[in-house]
Amino acid sequence: MSKRSKTFAPVVATANDLATGTVVFRTPDGRWSADLATAEIATTPAEADALRLRADADVAADRVVDLALVPVVRDGAFVRPTALRELIRASGPTITLPTDAPRIGRAARPTP
Amino acid sequence: MYRYDEFDRAFVHERVAEFRDQVGRRLSGELTEDQFKPLRLMNGVYLQLHAYMLRIAIPYGTLSSRQLRQLAAIARDHDRGYGHFTTRQNLQFNWIALKDVPDILEKLAAVEMHAIQTSGNCIRNVTADHFAGAAADEIADPRPYAEILRQWSSLHPEFTFLPRKFKIAVTGSPHDRAAIQTHDIGLQLTRDATGALGFVVYVGGGQGRTPMVARKIRDFLPERDLLAYCTAILRVYNLEGRRDNKYKARIKILVHESGEAAFREAVEAEFAALRDEALDLPTPERDRIATYFAPPPFAALPERSVVFERAIAADPDFARFASRNAHPHKVPGYAIVTVSLKPVGGPPGDATATQMEAVADIAAHYAFDEIRVSHEQNLVLPHVRRDDLPAVFAALRQAGLATPNAGLVTDIISCPGLDYCALATARSIPVAERISERFADLDRQHEIGDIKIKISGCINACGHHHVGHIGILGLERKGEEFYQITLGGSGDETCTIGEIVGPGFSSRRIVDAVETVIDTYLALRTSPRENFLAAYRRLGEAPFREALYAAAE
Repeated sequence: MSKRSKTFAPVVATANDLATGTVVFRTPDGRWSADLATAEIATTPAEADALRLRADADVAADRVVDLALVPVVRDGAFVRPTALRELIRASGPTITLPTDAPRIGRAARPTP
Repeated sequence: MYRYDEFDRAFVHERVAEFRDQVGRRLSGELTEDQFKPLRLMNGVYLQLHAYMLRIAIPYGTLSSRQLRQLAAIARDHDRGYGHFTTRQNLQFNWIALKDVPDILEKLAAVEMHAIQTSGNCIRNVTADHFAGAAADEIADPRPYAEILRQWSSLHPEFTFLPRKFKIAVTGSPHDRAAIQTHDIGLQLTRDATGALGFVVYVGGGQGRTPMVARKIRDFLPERDLLAYCTAILRVYNLEGRRDNKYKARIKILVHESGEAAFREAVEAEFAALRDEALDLPTPERDRIATYFAPPPFAALPERSVVFERAIAADPDFARFASRNAHPHKVPGYAIVTVSLKPVGGPPGDATATQMEAVADIAAHYAFDEIRVSHEQNLVLPHVRRDDLPAVFAALRQAGLATPNAGLVTDIISCPGLDYCALATARSIPVAERISERFADLDRQHEIGDIKIKISGCINACGHHHVGHIGILGLERKGEEFYQITLGGSGDETCTIGEIVGPGFSSRRIVDAVETVIDTYLALRTSPRENFLAAYRRLGEAPFREALYAAAE
């Protein structure tokens, strides 16, 4: 995010794994995990800047691509991105995937 | 169908080897993402919301059983067991790992397929009427010309870095099933007064944020001048097309800004300079390519099929299927079959690996081994004996592919939308699924009759909403999805851009709004023979707007 809004919202660093394309989130111990629940959450602008620097280094090291810091909210015990696009990135398509095998879709169908 | 020669085979294998090396260098860090991205795009690899996406060209929508089985195998081995057929006769795999792409391309090359030029500012997959070679109203098979254009445009050194992407479609019938007037170049085969074959040439059609119907710039282009004339069009565009603003870089903007007459004049001048050069399309070469598309060995059959007629009388489900999904064939005793990829409540255009294999088997057994992919996101069996239609119906039903809805309200075109696409602003598949569920009742669908609903999840219009009889465009406002309705669009020979009917609707209300439009049509049509588009053209938008916004208050 090049622009920072006046009201700061907590953010996580997300990207895609270089080799597989899997959506991943940066964890406090420097791993990239497919599980948003394990992501490091930057709660202040200074923390966000530091997270960005660490994530940029991972991009430079060719671990991940398409890096972004995305706002999240705490929803009870859960953390979820505020934007629908990022929610879908984090939890998968909102439709039932048409596979022959047991269903792999990660998200339940939302109510319309 | 066309078979690779030694040159084609060597070329595609060399490209696979080259890309394998490039992927290896990217994974090792030798290439940066900035260096690698244009290379992966040239090989059809995008990075979408959830993973890499691989777009595979299906030239002019023609597949053999062997090729479809290979696509099924790739879906199973490298994706999540399904693929998505697109509005440009391509197949997209949505869950591809970059490290697997070279192996996938190798598997594609083994069945004479590739993903070259499925991205980038080049000439993309040349599309054609999905009933090519079979349609009862066909003047000539467009596929030999589409194949000639494919060969001419593949890695064409002059046209590899155009101002923007460039799409060509060809039809051989007066009834346009290939939406040629929404393409950068649209070609319609025709005959002149002497009976000689040639093309009506359209230029500058397109959708996206600036939808335009193509202009007819030639009433008759002799067949032998096809490549010279297309070169002239591309050359004028390449030199004069805007490169300062990607939203104004398509040829439609050039045609619009320079004016139809001036554009035609520039093309004709370029053509006059070119036509006596080596770009002539020699008859022997045309004939050589055409032999690949020779009709299959049709049997001499009576027009009527007793087996078919008995099945119609005995089985209402089959009768309903035949009434919508079987189409007239140019050869007596045969029919064209639409295999619907629009199950009620399912994502339009998706097929599982098992379904692909089922269609491949049915095609091998009943349809001379041929399958077509339509831009309407269905599959087509182009040559089926009418005697075999009941058996084909039974086999399709077993595979969950016998939905009798071709051309009906649930035969919806939809782009992947925000469920998959990095460019999307709203979801489109869930809207398609909910409309499909709302109109699931087959009696109701058949009562409504011919109608085309097309949904795009962003202004780029991959779901062709501008030319939907009912078009739906998904947008985002203040973090919420909303949907704009256009009415009266059409992608056929009466090509029209739909009109925005009024303010958009929320996700919650969009399906009700579509139902209101359809109920209004049903109430106002002169008879069931007046289809939605005809009624809209007679009535205009006023009664629909009134019904929509009165209902919304």
